[in-house]
Amino acid sequence: MFYYVLRRLLTMIPTLLAISFIIFVIIQLPPGDYLETHIAELESQGESVDPDKIKFLRQQYGLDQPFLLQYYDWVTGFFVGDYGYSFEYDLPVREVMGDRIWLTIIVSIITIIFTWAIAFPIGIYSATHQYSWGDYGLTLLGFLGLAIPNFLLALVMLYFANVWFGTSIGGLMDPQYMDQPWSWNKFKSVLEHLWIPVIVIGTSGTAGMIRRLRANLLDELEKQYVLTGKAKGLAPSKLLMKYPLRMALNFFIADIGSLLPSVISGAEITAIVLSLPTTGPMLLNALQSQDMYLAGTFLLFLAILTVVGMLISDLLLAWLDPRIRLYGEEIQ
Amino acid sequence: MNSQRNSEANTKHYTSTAKFDPLSVEKLSAEQEKYFFASRHQLMWWKLKRHKLAVFSGLILLIMYASTLVSELVSPYNLHTRNTEYIYAPPQRVHLFHEGAFIGPFVYGYDYYLDMENLKREYTPNLEKVHPLRFLCQGDEYQFWGIFDANFHFVCPAEDATFFVFGTDRLGRDVFSRIVYGARISLLIGLGGIIVSLFLGLLLGGLAGYYGGWVDSVVQRTIEIIRSFPELPLWMALSAILPVTWSPILVFFGITIILALLDWTGLARAVRSKLLALREEDYCTAAKLMGAKPSRIISKHLLPGFSSHIIASATLSIPGMILGETALSFLGLGLRPPITSWGVLLNEAQNINVIALYPWLILPVLPVVVIILAFNFFGDGLRDAADPYK
Repeated sequence: MFYYVLRRLLTMIPTLLAISFIIFVIIQLPPGDYLETHIAELESQGESVDPDKIKFLRQQYGLDQPFLLQYYDWVTGFFVGDYGYSFEYDLPVREVMGDRIWLTIIVSIITIIFTWAIAFPIGIYSATHQYSWGDYGLTLLGFLGLAIPNFLLALVMLYFANVWFGTSIGGLMDPQYMDQPWSWNKFKSVLEHLWIPVIVIGTSGTAGMIRRLRANLLDELEKQYVLTGKAKGLAPSKLLMKYPLRMALNFFIADIGSLLPSVISGAEITAIVLSLPTTGPMLLNALQSQDMYLAGTFLLFLAILTVVGMLISDLLLAWLDPRIRLYGEEIQ
Repeated sequence: MNSQRNSEANTKHYTSTAKFDPLSVEKLSAEQEKYFFASRHQLMWWKLKRHKLAVFSGLILLIMYASTLVSELVSPYNLHTRNTEYIYAPPQRVHLFHEGAFIGPFVYGYDYYLDMENLKREYTPNLEKVHPLRFLCQGDEYQFWGIFDANFHFVCPAEDATFFVFGTDRLGRDVFSRIVYGARISLLIGLGGIIVSLFLGLLLGGLAGYYGGWVDSVVQRTIEIIRSFPELPLWMALSAILPVTWSPILVFFGITIILALLDWTGLARAVRSKLLALREEDYCTAAKLMGAKPSRIISKHLLPGFSSHIIASATLSIPGMILGETALSFLGLGLRPPITSWGVLLNEAQNINVIALYPWLILPVLPVVVIILAFNFFGDGLRDAADPYK
């Protein structure tokens, strides 16, 4: 187990390095940099630009250095918590971000729990009642969740939440709690607002989850040992709970790997529509205004979130499933 | 010793000269024969046909794709026609009976007044104005595929009347016509994306599966890295770097390639694992022993073995691309007007006020949902049918 964990951790390092390099290339790709855009903007407003100041800024931000050196500075800065400088806000990225990353993580985790809570019973029901009306109905519902674009569902839910429950529009908390330290009331307010994004983000993932759980459980239910158990007179509920379901549980953990990227994707666009104080709206803004360090930091954090999520799911799986623990990745 | 040799000489090997018919032992009925000798594609088609939902979905896909060939004829209005007197007009319902009398499909004309209190445009159907629809008629002018001028439509409003079955937008353009035109881009982008993605997947997956060794590891690591990115943020980042100065057509191609860049990994994995498995099959070894060249083995023996699987999984990844385009255009990062896609249309429905005041502007989501469901059901059916021997 120890060697498995160690190897798994070590393979993460090159992956993360490659990811950070790709992100840096992407945010560097557009011709020109923020300063040029900024100068053009100032000039179009008729303001003069002091060339010395530009030169100073360029030097300050390291924009005149070769590409690889800039990358090196950026990545090494990450280890000491220095994520670069946001040109648009004129503040270090770290301060601009605030607790947005944490809120994204919270929303993602709650969404995954929600997805599980919905998919688990429905998947079991669909598998044990294959081809029944309930199976068809629930499958169709799942498919609808898959087919309706997240952002539109978010808009419609927002409207109805406002009409029916009077929840204030958008955001993750009531306005009076913004920028306030965490308190019980703030927490309650967050919970009140959280259910809309969670449902919206959850719907698309739930459909896939139900289908995969159903297929897995059906495969398991066809196996010989289930027949043996049935022949020996085990109660149906006990037979289901004791063996096939435990096998299906493994897959639930393993599926975080495929669920997480879609949850984070969904969380981004939903957050933009609902203007949640998570990474989504700010990332969009930063991308549009070429605020490269801010955009890059968000992208990297989202990728790290996915990679770490996959790591956790792999480790949990290894802990649950002795085949993986003992034979490493050969089985997979 | 002697007698033994004699008996050997006496038992001559008997060979019948009659033609051997392997089916003589067990005669096949005509029906069985049809089944046992059916080609692979025949079997797949039979299996697909049993999947009613898949056939129905396939039909819908066919109709929608066919409509993109003649969008100009299907839509009652030109894409860009502005009906300045009907801005934000709600959908007009199609009726069949007027005061109990049947007069065929018609709409009631609108009475318009401006509510001075909240400056809202109010349209009320006037039961006096009965406008029967015209079919196979001359109507709004358009350029067919941008080549020649024409004005023939399948359906048009009555003379000097309107027919806004899905309402109009902020410039008074007919939403239904715009949806019909939008299908062209939205459906094409899914198809174009899957072609690029298939090419990449086949190439890289094929290389990895065929050569193995370090090529395989490089491709595998690349796939792992790409898959650990959350898709949408990366799409957003990539489309944000498309230069603003690009022409709409270039942007269209750019977005197609961006969508494909993150999508090929699944296909490449499928190709690789299939290739690895099929390479070890006995019939493949047999072909090799008989001196078949690699090109023949690949095209004659391997490709048919996994092409159906690949087509099925390609079908299943088209909806993801269509949704991706819709999301990007909705955010304003994807296609931009004057190109019209469903995502561009939904871009108009960006805030909650639209839902409250002009809910018909979110109608472009209908074809999105229909096409996603159709692709999913059809792809599922294809996947089941891809293995007809199971």
